[in-house]
Amino acid sequence: MTAAARLLRVPLSGVLLIGVLLIVSFASAKAEDYDPWPGLVQDIFNNRPMNDGAEVLAIEMPARAEDASLVPVTLRSKLSPADTRRIKTITLVIDKNPAPMAAKFTLGQDANVTAISTRVRVNSYTDVHAVAELSDGQLYVTKVYVKASGGCSAPAAKNPEEAQAHIGQLRYRQFTQASDGATSGAREAQVMVGHPNNSGLQMDQVTQLYIPAFFIDDLKLSQDGSLVLAMEGGISISEDPNIRFTYVPNGAKHFEAEAKDTQGHVFQHEWPVESSGS
Amino acid sequence: MARSALFVVLLLIFAAPCLGAAPQELDVHEIAPGVFVHNGQIALMTKENEGDIANVGFVVGSDAVAVIDTGGSVREGRQLLAAIRARTHKPIRYVVNTHAHPDHLFGNGAFDRPGTSFVGARNLPRALAVRGPHYIEAFRQIMGAELIDEVRLVPPSLLVDDSLTLDLGGRSLVLQTWPTAHSDCDLTVYDQQSRTLFAGDLVFVSHIPVMDGSLSGWRGLLDKLAALPAQRVVPGHGPVGDWPAALADERRYLDTLATDIHQLIAQGRPITDAANSAAASERPKWQLFDDYNARNATAAFSQMEWE
Repeated sequence: MTAAARLLRVPLSGVLLIGVLLIVSFASAKAEDYDPWPGLVQDIFNNRPMNDGAEVLAIEMPARAEDASLVPVTLRSKLSPADTRRIKTITLVIDKNPAPMAAKFTLGQDANVTAISTRVRVNSYTDVHAVAELSDGQLYVTKVYVKASGGCSAPAAKNPEEAQAHIGQLRYRQFTQASDGATSGAREAQVMVGHPNNSGLQMDQVTQLYIPAFFIDDLKLSQDGSLVLAMEGGISISEDPNIRFTYVPNGAKHFEAEAKDTQGHVFQHEWPVESSGS
Repeated sequence: MARSALFVVLLLIFAAPCLGAAPQELDVHEIAPGVFVHNGQIALMTKENEGDIANVGFVVGSDAVAVIDTGGSVREGRQLLAAIRARTHKPIRYVVNTHAHPDHLFGNGAFDRPGTSFVGARNLPRALAVRGPHYIEAFRQIMGAELIDEVRLVPPSLLVDDSLTLDLGGRSLVLQTWPTAHSDCDLTVYDQQSRTLFAGDLVFVSHIPVMDGSLSGWRGLLDKLAALPAQRVVPGHGPVGDWPAALADERRYLDTLATDIHQLIAQGRPITDAANSAAASERPKWQLFDDYNARNATAAFSQMEWE
């Protein structure tokens, strides 16, 4: 397991732990001033140099996390079609979450994925970083700032029984052409995975035990066996992981999804691809 | 003249700490014999309003008192306790929490003493365990340490599974749990004698409904709720009203939200469109619309995608 993968699973490690201790010792007045990003660059990216990613990718998020458990986020490529480089991976980091590394997306070599939307938990006022690794081997970073939700919103399940009831269900939906589909041949599709994606950080007051973490840690989407998009996910991904993405079909007859969770369950399904004329 | 001015100044200096020691009484009115309600402000919880945004109340029987929700800070809880003690010295046998949200139970600590049972839905302890620590952290930032440091999460010692009747001496309160709707631990309190329904946040009046549970669950229980033989309702937020007429606005809002979101999903629109456009026709009809509608819409969208 890589250091980055461990971060998905064990939220408090190394520098992060020191960071948390600093927050505690400096009391809440200083908590907002503490910037975890330098430590995260070390832990997740092994201190590799970061280039300005403003021309490479954009993060679209609401300025305020209306619902702490469900904040829409879209990662969009800004590379021009003429650019010879391509995005290999995008890592999404929610700096002040208990598990900052929300997801690492691997973009299929031939799928030309240009946009990825999902939903994340946002615990407090925080920077959100997206780091793209391009085919030139360089990292490019961009960020947005998100205000925490107010009111009675919490980064927890609204309806735990329902979440349990559709565990393992996979849904696929193909939309009509993406807005530029006429010229690029791009399509938009969505995969939904029924799963509570429990954080495991919460204490059960009745049993006095910690609820174990239980989440989708690996999701692979492909067209006739050729990778479109993969996600290494953590507990910052909302319940019922949901990915909507724009890609270029390769003429495949089937779209496949395979999801694995932290208890070793494997959920698989495939669907016929509609003809691309719609 | 100078002497009396000096007297007033001295009075203020020496009396002020005493006023602090004996908390102010929360403003309550008797909406039916033995049934008292405090109307919280229609607002978000802030340092300035000390979390006083939800309706809280109490019912007095011939032997004992039951408190229904305790407010958004221990300070508000103490003021509610003072208001009770100004009206009766009967023991407070029960404190009922209608659900797990902070504006309804951060005041619990003011009532935590021997002889008082805390009562809640079967799911309330889980909701407190999962959400409580987050609420305390989040509201420390918003309301300040002075108000929040003394908040303790007091879990229920008496759990309601389906329904339970509390006897206050010649007066019965019927407690009823509901499937996940506003939240996953909603509980209503019905006073048979005065035919008053304390609906908790299953009913909002004037204040936009807030959906932190299940939209379909909520819409699905409205008919049953409306069929209760109550004469009047104490909503979780907003003025006391006639029953079931007071339910009409909420029903229309939830129906509109569901209809609009159903259409967006059918059209293949993304979830972000729901935040911007769903239930927009309801904006002029509610207070705090912009604080909660986008959140209701995104949550409802993520649920209806599975239907």
